[in-house]
Amino acid sequence: MQWEVVIGLEVHVQLATQSKIFSGASIAFGAEPNTQACAVDLAMPGMLPVFNEEALNMAIKFGLAIDANINKVSVFDRKNYFYPDLPKGYQISQLDYPTVEKGHLDITLEDGSSKRINVTRAHLEEDAGKSLHEDFHGQTGIDLNRAGTPLLEIVSEPELRSAKEAVAYLKKLHSIVTYLGISDGDMSQGSMRCDCNVSLRPFGQQEFGTRTEIKNVNSFRFVEKAINCEIERQMDILEDGGRIIQETRLYNPDKDETRSMRSKEHANDYRYFPDPDLLPVVIQDETIERIRQSLPELPEAKKSRFVSDYGLTDYDAGILASTRAQADYFETVAKRCDDAKLAANWIMGELSKWLNQENLEIQQSPVTAQQLGDLILRVKDNTLSGKLGKTVFESLWQREGEVDAIIEKKGLKQVTDSSAIEAMIDEVLNANAAQVEQYRAAEPEKQAKMLGFFVGQAMKASRGKANPQQVNEALTRKLNG
Amino acid sequence: MTRHLLTKAEASQPHLNSFITLCHDQAISAARAADEARTRGENSLLLGIPVAHKDAFCTAGIRTTSGSRMLSNFIPPYESTVSRKFKDAGAVCLGKTNMDEFAMGSSNENSFFGAVRNPWDLSRVPGGSSGGSAAAVAAGLVPAATGTDTGGSIRQPAAFCGISGLKPTYGRVSRLGMIAYASSLDQGGPLAHTVEDLALLLKVMAGLDENDSTSADAPVPDYAATLATPLQGLRIGLPREVFSETAHPEAARALQAAIAELEKLGATLVDITLPHTALSVPAYYVIAPAEASTNLSRFDGVRYGHRCDNPTDLEDLYSRTRAEGFGKEVQRRILIGTYALSAGYYDAYYRQAQRIRRLIKNDFVAAFSQVDTILTPVTPGPAFGLGAKTSDPVAMYLEDIYTVPTSLAGLPGLSIPCGFAEGMPIGMQLIGNYFDEARLLNLGHQFQLHTDWHTRRPDVTRITASAN
Amino acid sequence: MSIKADELAKIAVLARLKVDPEHLQSLTQDLDQILHFVEQMNQQNTQSIEPLGNPLEQHQRLRTDCVTEPNQREALQSVCNTTEKGLYLVPKVIE
Repeated sequence: MQWEVVIGLEVHVQLATQSKIFSGASIAFGAEPNTQACAVDLAMPGMLPVFNEEALNMAIKFGLAIDANINKVSVFDRKNYFYPDLPKGYQISQLDYPTVEKGHLDITLEDGSSKRINVTRAHLEEDAGKSLHEDFHGQTGIDLNRAGTPLLEIVSEPELRSAKEAVAYLKKLHSIVTYLGISDGDMSQGSMRCDCNVSLRPFGQQEFGTRTEIKNVNSFRFVEKAINCEIERQMDILEDGGRIIQETRLYNPDKDETRSMRSKEHANDYRYFPDPDLLPVVIQDETIERIRQSLPELPEAKKSRFVSDYGLTDYDAGILASTRAQADYFETVAKRCDDAKLAANWIMGELSKWLNQENLEIQQSPVTAQQLGDLILRVKDNTLSGKLGKTVFESLWQREGEVDAIIEKKGLKQVTDSSAIEAMIDEVLNANAAQVEQYRAAEPEKQAKMLGFFVGQAMKASRGKANPQQVNEALTRKLNG
Repeated sequence: MTRHLLTKAEASQPHLNSFITLCHDQAISAARAADEARTRGENSLLLGIPVAHKDAFCTAGIRTTSGSRMLSNFIPPYESTVSRKFKDAGAVCLGKTNMDEFAMGSSNENSFFGAVRNPWDLSRVPGGSSGGSAAAVAAGLVPAATGTDTGGSIRQPAAFCGISGLKPTYGRVSRLGMIAYASSLDQGGPLAHTVEDLALLLKVMAGLDENDSTSADAPVPDYAATLATPLQGLRIGLPREVFSETAHPEAARALQAAIAELEKLGATLVDITLPHTALSVPAYYVIAPAEASTNLSRFDGVRYGHRCDNPTDLEDLYSRTRAEGFGKEVQRRILIGTYALSAGYYDAYYRQAQRIRRLIKNDFVAAFSQVDTILTPVTPGPAFGLGAKTSDPVAMYLEDIYTVPTSLAGLPGLSIPCGFAEGMPIGMQLIGNYFDEARLLNLGHQFQLHTDWHTRRPDVTRITASAN
Repeated sequence: MSIKADELAKIAVLARLKVDPEHLQSLTQDLDQILHFVEQMNQQNTQSIEPLGNPLEQHQRLRTDCVTEPNQREALQSVCNTTEKGLYLVPKVIE
C-alpha cells in the first residue's frame, strides 16, 4: 500500500523578555536552582499573576509576521493537572481565545518550489519548571527557575507531508522568531521545543489516520530523525494489518527510536476554565499598528531585496536571508567591499566551511564581517590572489590581527610588477627548455593544456604571489613569440 | 493598652477561641514604635490603633494558617497588601483571628483550630468565615479587625455578633497576599463597632494594587468626609422577593422598625424586584467551589505547608498530604468544584452558573436605575447553635441567601446591627452600586446616629477576666 | 444527574484527595445532595446569556517587562524542610 504521511507541529518558543510572563523574576538561563523563582512562580499562598506587556507585544509581532489574525480579546485559562514542576497545580494558557489565529508561512521544498503551511494558532502560556532525576537519595529534585518563562505555542495545520517538510517549516519558524528578536531560538537550551504529531493514511483517503505525538524534540536533526523513525514504525504496524494507538511518545536519539510515554497517559481531564485571577486581554488597533510599524524586514522581503538590490541569485539570496544574523553579516560585508557577489561567495564558501567545521553559528564567527569585507577588498584590488586570500582568512580565523597587518607580516602581497614577472618567467622558460621545445611543436589544442605546466612552475617560483592573470598573459606571449 | 488587650484576648481564648495566633512580642514592639512616632510628632491614620487580621492575610514573620492544618506551621516571608497598608498607617497587629478553613463556612465551625463561639451566647456560632474577627471585635478584645468576604463572610458574622462590617466592591481592596478561596468573589474588608470606624478603615485598605490584576483602578474618596450628608431624598430599594417571606418573624419585625427609622430620616422606600435571587445560592455553590478546587491545588506538600509522612510515591505524597491537610468541608468543596469543571459537566454546572451570575448582576443593574441603595436582611435569623447545621451542608449553604447575590454581582454590602431576636443581635444589609461605598457608609452612619444598636455590648467580663 | 461512588472516586483522583473507602458512601451522598441542590439552576433558560466571569468586566492591566524580584531563595525555602542544594525534593518521578 502507498501511504501518505501527515504531520502537524506544535512548537513552543520561549520569548526573550526580561522577566517572566506573570511575575517580575528574571528568565535568564543557567542560574543556580530556584534563585529565579519568586513567590508568584512558587505559587506561594496569596500570590497573584500580572501579565507581562512585552510577552503580549512579542506574540502580536509573531502574528503580524505570519499574516495572522490578532484577536482583539484573548483569555487566559487554567489547565489543571498535578506535577511537581507545575507549582500552582495548573498551567496558565489560552484555550478558546488565543492571541494569534489563522496565519501562514511559506516553506521552500527540495525541488525549489514553495509550499504554504497554515498556522492554526499561536497562544501564550507559561513554561513549567524542571525535574532533575540525578539521585537525591532516590528522590527527584525540582528547579522552578524556568517556571513562568513566557512561551508562545505555535500550532500548525497537519499540512506537512514529510520529515523534510517538517524541518523546513521549523527552520522557517526559527528564522521568523529570531528575525523578530522575540526568541533566541536556541534549541539546545530549550528555547524552541517541538512536539510532532505524526499519522499515516492510504493515498487518496480523506480522513486522517490515528496519530501519535512525539514530545519535546530539541534539534532540527532530531525532528527529522524522530519523524522518520515514527513513520517507519507506524508503517510496519499498518502493513502488518495492525492499528496505531493514539499516544504520546518520546524520541531517543541514542537508539534512534521512539517509545511510548505511558506515565503521562492515565486519564487526564484538564478542566480548563478562564483564570479568575486574570482578566481578558484587550488589544487596541493602535497597539497592533504601532507594532506593525516597528516590525523588522522579514526573511521573504529581505530575500527579494537581496535579489533586486544586490543581483544575487534566488538560491543565494534565500540562504543568506535565512537567518537575521547571516543576513546582517552579509550586508555588512557587501557594503564594506562593495561587491555583493564576492561577499556572498565568501560567506557561503570559505566562512561557512569553517563555521561548519567548528560547529559555530555566524554570530560566533571569529572573523568579523568588517574583516571579511577588508579581505575581499584586497582580493579585488589584486593585493591578494584568491588562494592567498584563503590563507589570510585562516589567519583572521586564528585571530592573528587585521587584514593588512597579516598581509604585511606574512609578506603575502601579490606580485603585479610586470618586469619582475617577466624576469621570473624567463627563468622558468630557461630552466625548462625541453618542455618549451615540445610546446612550440605541438598542435594549438595541445598547447592550451601544456600551458598549465608553465603557469604552475611560474606560480611555484613566486611562492604563489604572482598575479596569475599576468603570469598567463606573459607566458602565452613569450611561448608563442 | 496593647498589653491590656493582649491579656484580655489571652483570657478569652478558652471561651471564645477567636484568635489562632496572638502576636505578643510584635504587638508590644509595634505599639512602642507607635508611641515613639507620636512623641516625635508624627501622625498617620491608625497610629497605635490595635487591630486583628483574619488569618487569611499573610503577615511576614507571623504564622498564617487560613484556619487549616495544611498551613498550621506556615510563616510567610512576605506581607499581604492589606496588612502592609495597616502597618504603614501605624496600626498595631494584636493577632490573627480564627476563621473557617480557607474561608469556607458560615459558622466558623470548620476551623482546624476549633470553633469560635459567639460572645453574646457561647452556645451559638459567631458566623463565618470571619467569625474570629467578628467575635473579637464584639467582645471588645480589639476595636477593629479585617475580614474577607466571598459569599457573606464579613457581613454574616458582623450581623451575628452585633457589629458593623463592610464587604467593599470587588476589586476595591487588593487580594495580594490574601489566601484565596474563590478569586472572582473574594474581597477583603473591615469589621468594627461603628460605621464611622469602617470609613476610616476602608480608607486605609482600599486602592489600586499593581500586583493584583483584578484590583480596581478607581479613586479612593475620603469616606469620612461624606458621613454627615443628610439622607433626604435617598431612594432605598426593598426587593419584594426578600420581603415576601418571613423566615423569622421576630427578626423581620426588627428589620421593619429599622426601615421605618430610615424613612423617618428622609429616605424614600421603593419596591423593587431581584427576580433571580433564588438561583444565587446554587450558582454560588458551583462558582466558588470550582475556583477553590484549583486555587487549592498549590497545596501539594512540595514547597510549603503540611506534607504527609513517608510518601511511597508522588501520587501518594499528593493525595495523602491533601487528605490529611484539608478538613471535611474543604474536601467537599474541592470535589464539588472538580466535578463541576470536569469534562462533560462544565457546561451544565460551571457555565450555567456563570450565566446565572450575569442574570443576577443584571437584576441589580436594573434595580440601581431606580434606587440609590438596596436594603435586605443579612441572614434568615439570628446566630444558630453550635452544631445545629453541621450535618446538613445544604441547610448551611442556605444561610447565605441574602449575602451571596451581592457577592456574585461584585457589589458592596454593609452589614450593621438593627435589633435583636432571641436575645441575639441581627443585622441589616445595605447594598450599594459599584464603588459607591461612600453612600453606604453615609447611610449606615446616619442610622447609627439615631439608633443605639451598635453600642450594645455582650457581657464578657467573665470570659475576658484574667485567670490570675 | 446523580453522582455514583465510582464517579466520585475518579473525581477524588483528579483532585488528588485520598478518600477512605469507608467514607466514600457518605461523601457520595453529601455530594449528591449538593449537586441536586445546585441543579435548580437548570430551571432557568440562559440560552442567550453571556457567562459572567469577573463582576466588573474590566480588562487585563499589563506589567512593564522588568526584573523586580531578586533572588529570595533562602527566605522562600525557609518554609520547606525538604530541599537539598536549593532543589525541592519529591518522591522519584518516572518519565
